[in-house]
Amino acid sequence: MPGLVYFSSASGNTARFIGQLGLAAARIPVSPKEALPELPDDYVLICPTYADGEGRGAVPKQVIRFLNAPEHRARLRGVIATGNRNFGRFYGMAGDVIAAKCNVPLMYKFELAGTTADLARVREGLSKFWGTECLMTA
Amino acid sequence: MKDDAQRIAIPRAINWNRLQDDKDLEVWNRLTVNFWLPEKVPLSNDVQSWATLTPEEQTLTIRVFTGLTLLDTIQNAVGAPAMMADAITPHEEAVLSNVAFMEAVHARSYSSIFSTLCSTKEVDEAFRWSEENPHLQAKARAVLETYAPGADPLKRKIASVFLESFLFYSGFYLPMYWSSRAKLTNTADLIRLIIRDEAVHGYYIGYKFQRGMETQTEARRQELKDYAFNLLFELYDIESRYTEELYDDIGLTEEVKVFLHYNANKALQNLGFEALFPPEAAEVNPAILAALSPDSENHDFFSGSGSSYVIGRAVATEDEDWDF
Repeated sequence: MPGLVYFSSASGNTARFIGQLGLAAARIPVSPKEALPELPDDYVLICPTYADGEGRGAVPKQVIRFLNAPEHRARLRGVIATGNRNFGRFYGMAGDVIAAKCNVPLMYKFELAGTTADLARVREGLSKFWGTECLMTA
Repeated sequence: MKDDAQRIAIPRAINWNRLQDDKDLEVWNRLTVNFWLPEKVPLSNDVQSWATLTPEEQTLTIRVFTGLTLLDTIQNAVGAPAMMADAITPHEEAVLSNVAFMEAVHARSYSSIFSTLCSTKEVDEAFRWSEENPHLQAKARAVLETYAPGADPLKRKIASVFLESFLFYSGFYLPMYWSSRAKLTNTADLIRLIIRDEAVHGYYIGYKFQRGMETQTEARRQELKDYAFNLLFELYDIESRYTEELYDDIGLTEEVKVFLHYNANKALQNLGFEALFPPEAAEVNPAILAALSPDSENHDFFSGSGSSYVIGRAVATEDEDWDF
């Protein structure tokens, strides 16, 4: 089953978005000591951005560690980034970095915990994306 | 709240190698790396552009900046120090001392803009205006009340997040508007540095508020949530009138109000609450969004337009962290 994997720090914006989305999603733990939950076969990653004023440090360490495992990367089909437009040209830059590093499409960006419009967009977009994917692999 | 008696009994040195909350170090690092001073921005390149504004537009701009200066002054001198006294960890206190100082830098920056672009007489007149404008004074007072000694520490954080993430935006709108019309672009660069800092401040104070909420009873959590929404309504009411007074003549009031809705929603999210204004009331003019985050495309792969599958410019990926 295709699905979602996400990271959310203790501030919880991305987790609140996932909660509202109502789709099953595996959370990359904040602490490296915690075990990874079971992962979907193929997944889209939802990742927040923590870039500084020069764009450094955009992708959270936990997500880098996760993607460093080839078996995790192999199932990654796309990335959705969250951020805050207040960070100017580095808004949602984790998505740009992951898309470039892992050669997957950057599907969408939204701010903080998202809006109801973002929720609808992501639900509809993912369902369409996985629908097409299934047809292609069938 | 800190136990004052205990602190007096055992003065403790701060140990950054023993953290109670990793977020303190994360935000400290972010804020210190982002440090800047107004001298970094070549404001004098805006002198010619300034001359293309009408006298009314110039007066509006100076007034907007004195209003922003007032909020920065309050946050520097009262807000951040008040929250330092509420800090749960010593590292939080240190982070807030950085917040306090950067607010002083922001307040200082507006005076740099003034001395570069305006006459002393115009500026003095605008500062006088800021002291007499009832709406500006009302919002300053509403926030200051929560900063008063003995006030509820969590309510203080609510007001502080509203200041950082909502109250500035009736003012920030104008330089973004000028920038979208290729005016005062260096000033806009400086304002974007301030906007970036305020985003980290709002995020961090909102995060600490959420940590504080976790220790409260259900009844108290509800009380704080009601307080937050009531305060937002009160501030929104003041902001609406302030916005009308400033922007009616230039015909931008409705656009600015949409920008207020958008930022009010973000302020609530920083506090861990749901948005208040529906998306259709918070749909900011794309030109203003583009001025906020220039060169950041609106990625929507789902729309199928294809243009969004663009790998951005070479970015700092810190390759040493990646194994592939």
